[in-house]
Amino acid sequence: MSQDNSSMLAAEAIIPEHKAPESQGRLIFRRFLRNRVAVGSLIVIFGIVVYAITAIGLGPIPGWWKFNYTDLNDQVNGGNPTLSVLPKWLGGKGISAGEHPWGQDRIGKDYFAMTMRGVQNSVLVMVVIGLLATMIGVFVGAVAGYYRGKTDAILMRITDVFIVIPALVIGSVVGHAVGGFGAPTLAVMLGFFTWMGIARLVRGEFLSLREREFVEAARVAGASDARIIFRHILPNALGVVIVSATLIMASAILLETALSYLGFGIRSPDVSLGNLISSNQSAFQTRPWLFWWPALFIVSLALLVNFVGDGLRDAFDPRHRRFSLRRMREERPSLAEDEQVRAGDTEGLSGPGQK
Amino acid sequence: MVSFILRRIFVSVLILLAASFIMYMLTAYSSDPLADLRQSQSLNKERLIQALTLSLQLDVPPPLRWFLWLGGAAKCLIPFANACDLGSTISNAQVTDILPRAMQSTIQLVTGALVLAILLGLALGIITALRQYSGLDNVITFTSFFLFSLPSFLVAVLLKEFFAIGFNNFLEKPIIAIPLIIAIAVILGLIVQSIIGGDGRRRLIVGGATSVISAIVLYFISLSGWLLHPGLGPVAILLLSVGVAVGLTALIAGLRNRRALISGLIVVVLALIAYFALQGLFNISSAATLVILAIVTVVVGLVVGFLMGGYDRSQSMKVASITALLSGGLVLLDRFMQSWPTYFSEVNGRPIATVGYQTPNLGGDVWVSGIDSFTHFLLPTVALLLISFASYTRYARAGMLETMGQDYVRTARAKGLPERTVVIRHAFRNMLIPITTLVAFDVGALLGGAIITEAIFGIPGMGQLFFAGLGRGDLNPVMGYFIVIAGMAILFNFLADLAYAALDPRVRVH
Repeated sequence: MSQDNSSMLAAEAIIPEHKAPESQGRLIFRRFLRNRVAVGSLIVIFGIVVYAITAIGLGPIPGWWKFNYTDLNDQVNGGNPTLSVLPKWLGGKGISAGEHPWGQDRIGKDYFAMTMRGVQNSVLVMVVIGLLATMIGVFVGAVAGYYRGKTDAILMRITDVFIVIPALVIGSVVGHAVGGFGAPTLAVMLGFFTWMGIARLVRGEFLSLREREFVEAARVAGASDARIIFRHILPNALGVVIVSATLIMASAILLETALSYLGFGIRSPDVSLGNLISSNQSAFQTRPWLFWWPALFIVSLALLVNFVGDGLRDAFDPRHRRFSLRRMREERPSLAEDEQVRAGDTEGLSGPGQK
Repeated sequence: MVSFILRRIFVSVLILLAASFIMYMLTAYSSDPLADLRQSQSLNKERLIQALTLSLQLDVPPPLRWFLWLGGAAKCLIPFANACDLGSTISNAQVTDILPRAMQSTIQLVTGALVLAILLGLALGIITALRQYSGLDNVITFTSFFLFSLPSFLVAVLLKEFFAIGFNNFLEKPIIAIPLIIAIAVILGLIVQSIIGGDGRRRLIVGGATSVISAIVLYFISLSGWLLHPGLGPVAILLLSVGVAVGLTALIAGLRNRRALISGLIVVVLALIAYFALQGLFNISSAATLVILAIVTVVVGLVVGFLMGGYDRSQSMKVASITALLSGGLVLLDRFMQSWPTYFSEVNGRPIATVGYQTPNLGGDVWVSGIDSFTHFLLPTVALLLISFASYTRYARAGMLETMGQDYVRTARAKGLPERTVVIRHAFRNMLIPITTLVAFDVGALLGGAIITEAIFGIPGMGQLFFAGLGRGDLNPVMGYFIVIAGMAILFNFLADLAYAALDPRVRVH
């Protein structure tokens, strides 16, 4: 009963205002902005990326940090981190960065610079894989789903061929082939082998959307196939695309670090978060900081991207609010509101028996 | 149906062929198997290079060499001919000789991880769906997000550094500190009260009881040095088995079904008799004996359930056979525990292994070597488990929430069925249908993930074969690995499709 009342009240609240209808895009954007965890994650990701780029610079442009990731420096304090965050009045050494705040590795390279370089590479690989895999996947899926029949059968069998090989296996082989050429090449090559999931999703979406009236209308109006695919159907499938692109990015960062860990990804002298861990895991007992800094960034980047993806999923498809932290927080207040509505309701109308 | 299966098999073979061609080309062009030799200083370098070129047919360009390889691999399809030829490695060993042993380790690892991941994931998913938005649900949801974002190599390294070494150090002086006991007991109590649900009083009683009992058990374990000389004894086996019988009855048949409950309890008594009767046999047992015993146990359970009969025979049979299996498992567990001190002194008091799949030169009977396998596979299995466990929880929770909102569940409630029947018979079964597809995908992901786990824990499985082969540019073992992995992935996808069609009558096969 309370449900009926609240929805009735909600309907009343909306109708009298006569607001101009919002565009779908704005609605989704607003819904996304309401998700504090996702927005916060997006801001933090952005912060990490800017921090990593400005710290050691990009390519030939120097950053604000005094060391770079290849210089060999003298060992300070036995390579221990010189960062100190405990204020003096708590018995610490005061808040100061020192010479090598995150310590040095065994041969004296500055670990802050190395970690930042690793973050740069991992984010680069993540973004490139995400974009490339999405573009290929959307193209294959759209063509297969729109044309159906033979085209669909052929394209989907090709997808099946690639999907049979586990991502890590094909990634290792590809990484082994091109890992030496640096992060951008690796990212592009990996992008060519990670589009299958998105292609299947987009195809499914196109198969159902192409039967809808607006597609019929566009066809009657004489729109070309390309126009129908890209201007009419694709915008309606955008939610699926964007959400799975984010999730691809989250798994891309794990794939890249795993490959670099195995030695099939980015190789020294260049630095990746994965190869930092693999080259330093034997020193875990003596120099644990060599392990913890890259680990912290891998986990937090992947976690934050997952949160953003989840927020996007909520924003695009409110019915599928599966695993949102927001929902868990929101559900309780909304229950409370429900109670209030019921209480206010019984005061306003004379008792529940009235209805 | 037959034509569907035949067409699927035909398409699968074509897919496998195309995928193997891609793999072959990529691997062949990405690495040079002669690189090591070219840099070597040995005098007969030229001759070695020639010999290797000859044995691996390196003078044939890769696209043609793929056909040669395919010709050898195709012989595997001839039954009983034993003509399989997957080529040889750089060090001149036949791939068909090294592959089966590698497969054995990997399958052992992956099967354990997969079964545990499904059981745990489904259980947690269902519980969190039924207790939606409870504290437990929030914690588990966040944990699954966290696990999604955790690279498996990180988990493996951490397990090695903290769990294995920490636990081994702890065993030197196995005394659990009082604050730790209190903390564990309180956490267990919180979890259990959240699962049980209900009103505040009931939750308080259940949670409190759990805390007190677990605190007492932990204190006893700490005080008596149980971890060094573990054992269950007849009393603990009896109590645990009765708990299992009652729990299973409550879950499968409902405690109102007295016949099911009684058949469960009869089986428990039989297990206790077996505990005393079989100790002599256990001492001379081999692995095969244990398998036979397990089958006999299940059969005995089925027979007891059948004889008890009643209006719903199959329920009694289910309860009795599963109880039989689990209480038999407890009896075996007790026997394994009796061998623990022997094993413990054998490995110098550091039982949890971090590398390898068995202790070298470890003599001993099936019990000691069983414990040895357990301690070696424990950490890799956990590391692998965490990859897929989180996704099962997620899907099970989402699926359960979806089915619980369906009209047929409302109908079932309206008919007045007990909540247990509604959840288990109506919601849970339908939730399982989409999970079958997930299992098929997961097998591929787990086998891929095993590369990292095997590399870190030094288990000589298939992943290791692939990893080492790829690093050296050794094409044939890489392809041998690939053919097994891809074959499995295709097979499981096929099985999932069939299972889907069988489980869901709405799916029609054309």
